[in-house]
Amino acid sequence: MPEDIEQMADLSTTDRDRLTQTGLEVDMKNRSGSFFQVDQEIKQVAALEKGIEVLSIHEALAKYDWLNEYSWKLVKKDKDQYTRYVADQPDPRGFVIIARKGSKTVFPLQTCLFLAKTPVQHVHNIIIAEEGAELHLISGCASASYTKTGSHIGVSEFYVGKDARITSTMIHNWGDEISVFPRSAARIEENGIFLSNYVCMQPVRKIQMSPFAELAGKNSIARFSSIVVCTPGSYMDLGSIVRLSAEGATAELLTRAITTGGTIISRGMIEGATRHTKGHIECRGLILKDGTIHAIPEIKGDVVDTELSHEAAVGKIARDEIEYLMSRGLDEDVATATIIRGFLDVKIAGLPESLQNQIDAAIDSAEKSGF
Amino acid sequence: MLDIEDLHVKIGEREVLHDINLHIKEGETHVLMGPNGSGKTTLLRALMGFAGLDVTSGSIVFKGRDVTRMPIHERAKLGMGLLFQRPPTIAGLKLGKLLAVTSGDRVGMVSEYTRYLHMDNFMDRAINLGFSGGEIKRSEVLQLMVQQPDFVMLDEPESGVDLENISLIGNAIARLLEKDVHIVNRKKSGLVITHTGYILDYLDADFGHVMCDGVFRCHGNPREILRVIKTSGYKECLACQKI
Repeated sequence: MPEDIEQMADLSTTDRDRLTQTGLEVDMKNRSGSFFQVDQEIKQVAALEKGIEVLSIHEALAKYDWLNEYSWKLVKKDKDQYTRYVADQPDPRGFVIIARKGSKTVFPLQTCLFLAKTPVQHVHNIIIAEEGAELHLISGCASASYTKTGSHIGVSEFYVGKDARITSTMIHNWGDEISVFPRSAARIEENGIFLSNYVCMQPVRKIQMSPFAELAGKNSIARFSSIVVCTPGSYMDLGSIVRLSAEGATAELLTRAITTGGTIISRGMIEGATRHTKGHIECRGLILKDGTIHAIPEIKGDVVDTELSHEAAVGKIARDEIEYLMSRGLDEDVATATIIRGFLDVKIAGLPESLQNQIDAAIDSAEKSGF
Repeated sequence: MLDIEDLHVKIGEREVLHDINLHIKEGETHVLMGPNGSGKTTLLRALMGFAGLDVTSGSIVFKGRDVTRMPIHERAKLGMGLLFQRPPTIAGLKLGKLLAVTSGDRVGMVSEYTRYLHMDNFMDRAINLGFSGGEIKRSEVLQLMVQQPDFVMLDEPESGVDLENISLIGNAIARLLEKDVHIVNRKKSGLVITHTGYILDYLDADFGHVMCDGVFRCHGNPREILRVIKTSGYKECLACQKI
């Protein structure tokens, strides 16, 4: 059995590597703060930059009465069995991050939820960027190398204030018998920007999520990007829903999905509820070995002057692309790998370089192991 | 350098190239002309070894080795290179990344070639995505300069290219074919498909061939052939009984 883990550095080399793959800096270098929870035990809560506050949710609710106005307001307690499960916990776990008015973090703040022994890990997180604040989060979620089964249920509520920006990059590294049920929602005020990035290149038994964003303020922006590889035995039901509720609001949902034998359901829904709004869904899927990619892009316009579009393509790598690269001297395997790497190479506008590098590194690592 | 003997090629059930014989020596540049759909591109694709074409008989010998059944990349490694008329778009794959993968020990030359072809701003662009006609051809030539093939096949290098770019591309192809090297010492060979002949202003081609309906109808001086085609069209070639 493993030793008790008090901090990230206490993890075995294997598990530290697993966390590093999710973009976490075990030594906290170039990070503005950190939250580390193993199973249901909070091990580390640290804010290293002025204007940023990181608290356990328990502590935060005790400290700030006003937080009750934010808790369980975007995600309803009775949404489904998973939210009910988290809401019913007498002693909630998870974190609250507050980026105070006008604060801008240079470095990302990292949160790590590590599943080691407990059968179910549950968290409730609230993330608030006040007016003009800028907050970059990287959430590494992983299970220990020796943890074979378990579930992770995470409720997250994001509040992006006026002129504020939150980027949330989540890189998952679970085991092949772990089930994951994130339940997230975001509200974005005037000129606010919310970027949500999800990367999962490793096996997982089941992941099911469909984060929701309400673009409530004028000229607010939401962009969801998902980059996933689904291995045999994995089932990924991923989607995002955006409601364009204010003039000038724009949303983009982008997915790059590869199956090597698993099942991917890629959902996307944008609702144009107000005039002068724009939304686009792009889903591209590559089936490398027999598996399923089921793209379900939905767009719903309720008024004139909302501009919504979607494109979805699922298939194999085109033969002419492979032969093109072969004619430059690459053998078929290298040509194929080069095209796959390009397919997954998504540059996310507005994401700090360090986080883009983390995403690239997660993909590179999967590429080296041959997906 | 290249010896094609009695080559027959089928696409599906239909034979599209019949009894092709062609010999290209080291340092020579040959021009291939012919009406649309006559089989010129198919010949280059068969030489490179693409799928969908079935060589039913005959042989392709390159540098003394029979490459008729050799995989594409091995032909490329042996020194064959192709400038595509319409290359595919590869979403996500950056031109710079591809050059990094293909350059090998010529990695030091990539930036010079890139500057020469004014492609500095294209290194982070997905290959051919949103490229104009001229940009596609500059990207193709750049990839070949990095590849440095000994035998260069060029499928309509001037199509879709404006006059300014033709000069740039023409000079770059001349460099590829070592036109600056004295003919005695020239090692690089080429086979160029052209409709307009504009590219010949830069290449000094040695031999011309006319292909119609999958067979060669004429061999001769490329300038002379082009002059006849420009004045009388291909009907002259079809009527000609010289071969």
